[in-house]
Amino acid sequence: MPFSLLKYGLNNDYPFERDADLPAPSELKSSYDVVIIGGGGHGVATAYYLAKYHGITNVAVLEKGYLGGGNTARNTAVIRSNYLTSEGVKFYSESVNMFKELSNEFDFNIMYSERGQLTLAHTDATVRAFRQRAEVNKHFGGRTELIGPQEIKELVPTLNMNPAHMPVLAGLWHMDGATARHDAVAWGYAKGATQRGVELHQLTEVTDVIVENGKVTGVKTNRGTVQCGCAIQAVAGHSSLMAAKAGFRMPITTYPLQAMVTQPVKPFLDPLVSSSALHCYVQQTGRGEIVFGGGSDPYPLYNTRSTMELKESLLAHAIEMFPFMANLRLMRQWAGITDMTSDYSPIMGLSPVENYYLDAGWGTWGFKATPICGKTMAELVASGGKVPDLIAPFAMDRFDVFRQVNEMGATAASH
Amino acid sequence: MKIMPCPLNGPRNISEFVHGGEVRDMPNPTTCTDREWAEYVFYSDNQAGIVTEWWLHAASGYWFIAERHTVTDEIIRTYDPSEIFNQRVEFSDETTAKEVGA
Repeated sequence: MPFSLLKYGLNNDYPFERDADLPAPSELKSSYDVVIIGGGGHGVATAYYLAKYHGITNVAVLEKGYLGGGNTARNTAVIRSNYLTSEGVKFYSESVNMFKELSNEFDFNIMYSERGQLTLAHTDATVRAFRQRAEVNKHFGGRTELIGPQEIKELVPTLNMNPAHMPVLAGLWHMDGATARHDAVAWGYAKGATQRGVELHQLTEVTDVIVENGKVTGVKTNRGTVQCGCAIQAVAGHSSLMAAKAGFRMPITTYPLQAMVTQPVKPFLDPLVSSSALHCYVQQTGRGEIVFGGGSDPYPLYNTRSTMELKESLLAHAIEMFPFMANLRLMRQWAGITDMTSDYSPIMGLSPVENYYLDAGWGTWGFKATPICGKTMAELVASGGKVPDLIAPFAMDRFDVFRQVNEMGATAASH
Repeated sequence: MKIMPCPLNGPRNISEFVHGGEVRDMPNPTTCTDREWAEYVFYSDNQAGIVTEWWLHAASGYWFIAERHTVTDEIIRTYDPSEIFNQRVEFSDETTAKEVGA
């Protein structure tokens, strides 16, 4: 037996506590400079960049459940920037660039895997839209091109080129498309933030937001009241409910989104493949499982239940794309809660309450924005409410002046 | 299969229906401000709990109102809109009529 192991075994300190990635739970202080409501990827990323770039460490991240246990753990971990609008492409390109460096930055492996993402076009109209997306993406430094059926066959030999009698005419090949381990992203940020002095409080539910004279002054939690200089809500899936506690309404409707995963098989699928006409996206994980996702449910709900109808139609379409998958068994299914905006862009920045900042409306596009979102929200908070240019188009009041940022054409699967 | 009790067609598969959004008062589009109109068009309570919503039976083109729980996914009650809207809401006024005609 190695001597070090013997020493380890005889040590009085509980080794877990010394080597743990996160500090042990502590008491809530009575006051913080910044309170972040929601300990998902976005919340801890904001805390991380506040500490790292702005030296603001008197920060509490308050999480109702456990770190990254909400929609951070429920998304299908797609990272891409091939959006439609210039606002969207600029924002998500920056996010993809940041993702590439995260493992090194954290010294913690987020299992970033650049596979490329292929979106299939089955109609002439879609081909035209893809041409536009390819050009917009290239213009802002992304790597995207339109490819023909022959190249698609070479990239994905197992793909049925005539799924559901809708021949594949062309594909939008986005070389920057990638996937990563979503839990690890949250853990990496949380580890980096807490090492710099940020407090992460799990099992701490914000039950009310205290607003005095139009200004946020604190939050009430199940562990007592906390004063704060400013607060950020990053509670994907419950944005409207948290906003209601702060006393305003949001242009959001909340739907579940169901996804599922098969038993693992040998590697056969390198890129992430999606088809907007078939309302389906398919990818193979590093473990060999095949993950499917589609659009949100047809009616609003705050419930992660499963429905046979949606599973059936999603599977039927996936099998059209990859017929051999009919022989596979499903292992798990789950759902996330998506806060959909009517223009399919997020809501970031100021709110009607002073010093209360919004990171909301993340619908089905939140995970891929985690790094850039943390960075820009941290900038916003550190500057005392000066909105960074990159997120200015996503302000909530864009709806008041009918200046929406229409990203509808750029979703991996129709919503 | 989730069943929606349609006031006109009886119990049907919910896939035959289209969700139409919260029942709320429409401001008069000819006199309200842009902000009020935006509030009506985009903003919503989006509650977790019992909501009152418009639903459409697509096959028969019939609009009705459903009370539904957005956490438990239970449909509590459905009824014909005439229970709430018992007279026609008239928004057109003289100025807009002229603009359209001109």
